[in-house]
Amino acid sequence: MKELTRKRAACAMPIAGSYRGIDFALSNMTNSHINKVAVFTQYNAGSLNEHLSSSKWWNFGRKQGGLYVFTPAVTAESSVWYRGTADAIAQNLSFLKNSHEPYVVISSGDCVYKMDYNKVLEYHIEKKADITVVCKEMESGANIERYGTIKMNEESRIEEFEEKPVVAKSNTISCGVYVIRRRQLIEMIEKSAEEDRHDFVKDILIRYKDIKRIFGYKIKDYWSNIATVEDYFNTNMDFLKPEIRNYFFRQYPDVYSRVDDNPPAKYNVGAKIRNSLISSGCIVNGTVEDSVIFKKTYIGNNCYIKNSIILNDVYIGDNTHIENCIVESRGTIRANSYYRGENGIEIVVEHNDRYVI
Amino acid sequence: MVKKEMIAMLLAGGQGSRLGVLTSRVAKPAVSFGSKYRIIDFPLSNCINSGVDTVGVLTQYQPLRLNTHIGIGIPWDLDRNIGGVTVLPPYEKSVHSEWYTGTANAIYQNIAYMESFNPEYVLILSGDHIYKMDYEVMLDFHKQNGAEVTIAVMPVPMEEAKRFGIMITDENRRVVDFEEKPEKPRSNLASMGIYIFNWKTLKEALLLNAEQSGLDFGKHIIPYCHKKGAPLYAYEFNGYWKDVGTLNSYWEANMELIDIVPEFNLYEEYWKIYTKCETLPPQYLAPDSIVERSIIGEGSEIYGKVYNSVIGCGVVVGEGTVIRDSIVMNSTEIGRNCELYKAIVAEEVTLEDNVKLGIGEEAPNETDPHIYNHGLVTIGEKSVIPKDVSIGKNTVVFGVTSTEDYKDNYLQSGRTLIKAGEEQ
Repeated sequence: MKELTRKRAACAMPIAGSYRGIDFALSNMTNSHINKVAVFTQYNAGSLNEHLSSSKWWNFGRKQGGLYVFTPAVTAESSVWYRGTADAIAQNLSFLKNSHEPYVVISSGDCVYKMDYNKVLEYHIEKKADITVVCKEMESGANIERYGTIKMNEESRIEEFEEKPVVAKSNTISCGVYVIRRRQLIEMIEKSAEEDRHDFVKDILIRYKDIKRIFGYKIKDYWSNIATVEDYFNTNMDFLKPEIRNYFFRQYPDVYSRVDDNPPAKYNVGAKIRNSLISSGCIVNGTVEDSVIFKKTYIGNNCYIKNSIILNDVYIGDNTHIENCIVESRGTIRANSYYRGENGIEIVVEHNDRYVI
Repeated sequence: MVKKEMIAMLLAGGQGSRLGVLTSRVAKPAVSFGSKYRIIDFPLSNCINSGVDTVGVLTQYQPLRLNTHIGIGIPWDLDRNIGGVTVLPPYEKSVHSEWYTGTANAIYQNIAYMESFNPEYVLILSGDHIYKMDYEVMLDFHKQNGAEVTIAVMPVPMEEAKRFGIMITDENRRVVDFEEKPEKPRSNLASMGIYIFNWKTLKEALLLNAEQSGLDFGKHIIPYCHKKGAPLYAYEFNGYWKDVGTLNSYWEANMELIDIVPEFNLYEEYWKIYTKCETLPPQYLAPDSIVERSIIGEGSEIYGKVYNSVIGCGVVVGEGTVIRDSIVMNSTEIGRNCELYKAIVAEEVTLEDNVKLGIGEEAPNETDPHIYNHGLVTIGEKSVIPKDVSIGKNTVVFGVTSTEDYKDNYLQSGRTLIKAGEEQ
C-alpha cells in the first residue's frame, strides 16, 4: 500500500468520496442486526480511532451490545503486539467468553461489499458447518496471488485452501468473512494459542480443513479488497459506474459513515466537471474529469484534474495539472504544479504551507 | 442539582403562510434552505456554538417533519444527559387547555420546563431567520449592563424601518421607548425577535399577564417590562441576518449563497452549521453535465446543466435538462430535456421529461398575488408534473397532476393549480 498506509490503517482508507474502508463491514453488521461488534486494531490506528470515536453513526450506541475497540494492551500475562489475526482474538478471549451469542461473524475491515450475514448464517446452519468461509469466483486471468484460494467439492465443502499461492489451483478466493460458532471459535483459538500459532487462516482454516466441516459460501455481488494501491484506485473508480453507485448508494440497505457536517459542494464560474464524484465541502473552480474528489477539497482556477483520486481536505492551487494520481489527504499543492503518473498511479504527498483564503 | 446558566426557548410553531405551498405540510422552520439545511438549523447551531446546550423547541403547526429532523438532537450535539433539545408541543391540562395563542403564551405554557433547569437567564429565539450569532456575547452585554431584558437589534435603512418593531435608545443603549411599525420612525434599530430575560423577570411578567389573550413578546411582555421600569437594553448586531418570510426573500437568500465569497459564508470552519444529513454519498456529475455558480448537496446525480442554482441532496437532474436561477430541494427527480427558470421546487417532486417551468410573459397570480410574485414558479412537495407540460410565471402547482389538468399542456402565467388537500 506504499505511502498511503504510512498515515493510516487500510481499513481507515477513504473510499468513494464519503466513506472509509471499515464503514462497509460495520454497516453490514448493523444492517444484519448484529449489535455487538469488536474491532481489533493495531497498525497506525489514529485515523481509525478518530473515525470510530462515536459508535452512533452505525447505530451501535446501545445498552445491549455496542462497539468495542481492542488495541494490544500490556497485561499481567502478556505484553506483546497482536502477532496475527488469531492472536488478536486470543488476547481478548475474555470478551468472547463473556458473550452469550451463539455465533460469531469475522470480517476484515478493508473490503468494500454489501452483505446480509444472516444469509451466510442460515447457510452455515443448513450445512451443519463448523466454519463457513465467504468466497467469490474471480474472473479468469485476475491477479489473485495475494488472496487465499479455495477449492470446494460438489457440496461446497472446502477441500483445499491455499494462502497467497504463487500458482493458484482455483480462481475462487476467500473474501475474509467467516461464520463460526462462538464456542467452536474459543476452542480453536485456545488450542492455537497453546501451540503458539497466531494466524487464523494458516493455523486454523488450513490446519483444520480435513477434520472440521469447513464450507464455502459463494457470492456473486460486488466485493473488492483495497489492500494494494492498484485495487484501492480501481475500487474508487468503480463508483463512477452507475450500476455500482446504484447498488451501494440507492439500494436498501444504506452504508453508514461518520457525519462530517460539511457544507454543500460549490461550483464557481469556470468549473467544468465530467464523469466525476464530488463530495461535500468541496469548492471547485477548475476542470475535473473521470476522478473521485473527497471531502473539503479546494480546486483552484484553471486546474486540470484527470483520472485521479484527491483525498480529504486537499488544497490545489491555480493552474495545476494532476493526472493518474492519488493525492494524499490534507495536502497542499502549490499553484502551477504538474503531476502525472507515467507508469501507473503516482501517489502525491505534498505538505506545503497553506495560504488562508 | 440541575443548574443551567442560560437556556434557550425556540419558537418554531408558526406556519409562515407567506411561503405559500412550501409550508402547506411543514412548519416554516423545517423548510429546506441552502441545499442541505433547514431553516431551524441556523438558530440550533448558533445555540450549541454559543455554549447553550439546553433548548426547548416550541412546535404547533405541522410538526412531523420538524420532529423527525430534530429527533434527539444528535446532529447539533444536543443529545445530553441533562438538558439537550426538547420538543414542546401544546398539551392538555386539567383546566384551561389551549393551543399556543401567542409567542409569549407558548413560553408561559412551558414555565415548568424552564423552571426544571433552574436558569439565571432565558434566551428567546425564533425559528425562521438565517444568521450566525454568538449568544454568549449578547449575554455578556446583558450582564455588563445589569439589564433585566436585552433585545437584539440591527440597524436597517430608515425607509424600511417602518416594517419593523423599532427601539429608541439612549447613548448607553438603554431602551427609552419603542414603537411597532411606526409611520415616522425615530430610530433605525429594528428588533430581531431575539431576547435575553432574567428568568425572574420573565416568569413574573408571564404570570402577571397570563390572562392576556394572544400573549405576545413585542405587544405585551416587552411593554410590560418597560412600564414597570426594568432596565431594557438593545444589543446591536451587525452581521448577516435574513428574514426569509416571503417566497422572494427566501429565493434571494438562497441565491446569495452561490456568490464567489458569499456574505453569508457556510464554509467557515469556526462557526459550523449542523444539520441532520440522511444522504451521505458524494454527488455524481456526468460526462455531459455543466454546473456553474451553484451549490449541490450530497448524493445528487447531475446529467444536465445547472447554472446559478441551489440543488438539494439526492436530486436527479436528467440529460438535456437546463436549470437556471432555481432552488431544487431534496430527493426531487427531474426528467430529461426539462427547463427551469426561477423556479422553487420543493422536496420529493417528480418532473417528467420535457417539463418547462417559468416561461412566457409575467402575469399576476390569480389567487394569491401577495405570495406568488416576482416571476417565481413554486412547486409544492411530492407534486408530480406530467411530461411535455409548460408552466408560466407567478404560478403555483401542488399535488399529483396529470395531463388532463393542463389545457394544451400549458399552465398560463399567474395560474394556481392546487390538487392536494392539507392532509393527504
